[in-house]
Amino acid sequence: MLGQVFKRPQKKSIFWESLFKEIEELGTKSLGIVAFISFFVGGVVAIQTALNVDSPLIPKYLIGFATKRSIILEFSPTFMSIILAGKVGSYITSSIGTMRVTEQIDALEVMGVNALNYLVFPKVIAAVLFYPFIVLTAMFLGIFGGWVSGFATGLFTSDQYIVGIRMDFDPHLIRYAITKTMVFAFVIATIPSYYGFYVKGGSLEVGKASTKAVVWTSIVIIVLNYFLTQMMLG
Amino acid sequence: MIEVFELVKSFDDNQVLKGVSTTFEKGDTSMIIGSSGSGKTVLLKCLLGLFEPDSGDICYDGRHYSKMSTKEKRNLRKEIGMVFQGGALFDSETIQSNIMFPLKMFSDQSQEEMLDRVNFVLKRVNLENVNNKFPAEISGGMQKRVAIARAIVMNPKYLFCDEPNSGLDPQTAIVIDNLIQEITDEYEMITIINSHDMNSVMEIGEKIIFLKDGLKAWEGSYKTIFKTDNKAVTDFVYSSNLYKKVRETYIKENS
Repeated sequence: MLGQVFKRPQKKSIFWESLFKEIEELGTKSLGIVAFISFFVGGVVAIQTALNVDSPLIPKYLIGFATKRSIILEFSPTFMSIILAGKVGSYITSSIGTMRVTEQIDALEVMGVNALNYLVFPKVIAAVLFYPFIVLTAMFLGIFGGWVSGFATGLFTSDQYIVGIRMDFDPHLIRYAITKTMVFAFVIATIPSYYGFYVKGGSLEVGKASTKAVVWTSIVIIVLNYFLTQMMLG
Repeated sequence: MIEVFELVKSFDDNQVLKGVSTTFEKGDTSMIIGSSGSGKTVLLKCLLGLFEPDSGDICYDGRHYSKMSTKEKRNLRKEIGMVFQGGALFDSETIQSNIMFPLKMFSDQSQEEMLDRVNFVLKRVNLENVNNKFPAEISGGMQKRVAIARAIVMNPKYLFCDEPNSGLDPQTAIVIDNLIQEITDEYEMITIINSHDMNSVMEIGEKIIFLKDGLKAWEGSYKTIFKTDNKAVTDFVYSSNLYKKVRETYIKENS
């Protein structure tokens, strides 16, 4: 399958048109949910950290530090990818699967179009290029959410939080998070495409394929997360 | 001319085509008929290149499919137009985008030229003012006509139709049959139709191939199908009382 996907597009203008369409479908249309979840989860992480740090010996700025680290290392790249696997993965499998069962993919192939390249390649490129941007947005909003929660609850001051998030900044962690995101983006675009492209049957089978695709995409993300973490941070 | 030589195709242990040989001539409207499971769709999909036969060969105007490279096979498909049973129109695209798609993909025409061509083929299938509608917004008969328009937009040499009349009322079915035949004559194409519709078979079947259990059981035309004594054909075609009476009348009038 991947051999056919990564061939040179048959017509560049059509590829660019599809790429921008996929960036909109897979990327910009996911920004709202990503922003919403990131903001509130950032707030919750900061509140929970504050509530668990009740020793007077532990400085309050560690709340900002812990929130920043949790969000950059795990929440934004991994859990946003799992959320996107659910949202985008089911969209990819059901859209390609419906095209399969209604013979639209056969129609493409009969025309002489490399259907895998035409349908999947723009999705892979759109996801790999755009998801790091989504994850950076999630990082920013998560950390911002933490700051707002301190403001709202009074558990820590703005100054304490800002000192914490500025403390011990390591650019390698951002590189690690972006690398993970790009690998997960590839998984999010390819596994659901595979399940959609090779589905057989009718609408019920498309639904089942979507569920399977989301489950397997999530499993692969979790397993890869373990190995990537060991490789890059271990 | 399309020549089919001893085509065999199996799925797991089930041999669907058991050595089918036949020819399809330029300018003819050929029909493949047979009961469900006889191998009609598999034969059509082998002819389209969607299924690779296990053995045997197909020759498209002297070009042997088994000897073609992947690129040559893909290029061959540009000479093929296909009307699918359900239309297979891209449902998230407008009618205009659907028909324009092969042109955008395979031609270097300007947007204006492509639009002219789209409007020409739409007019040819008697459709107008539907350019900006979506497939779900038009009737089944109109969808079939759009599918025909998309199939002929690249001036194909070969036109394949899978059950083009399924789900259509008798009047619309006749319109579609006549349209396919007119287009076949006009563009001198080789048209192969997979059908269950006996009206179509009797109306436009210049060549009829009857498949039974994966083998070609009979070959003829709408003129000879009335005279045949082949039991498999008569059992299939004249299974309804109406067709039995039509046949009896035909034989009486011509005896």
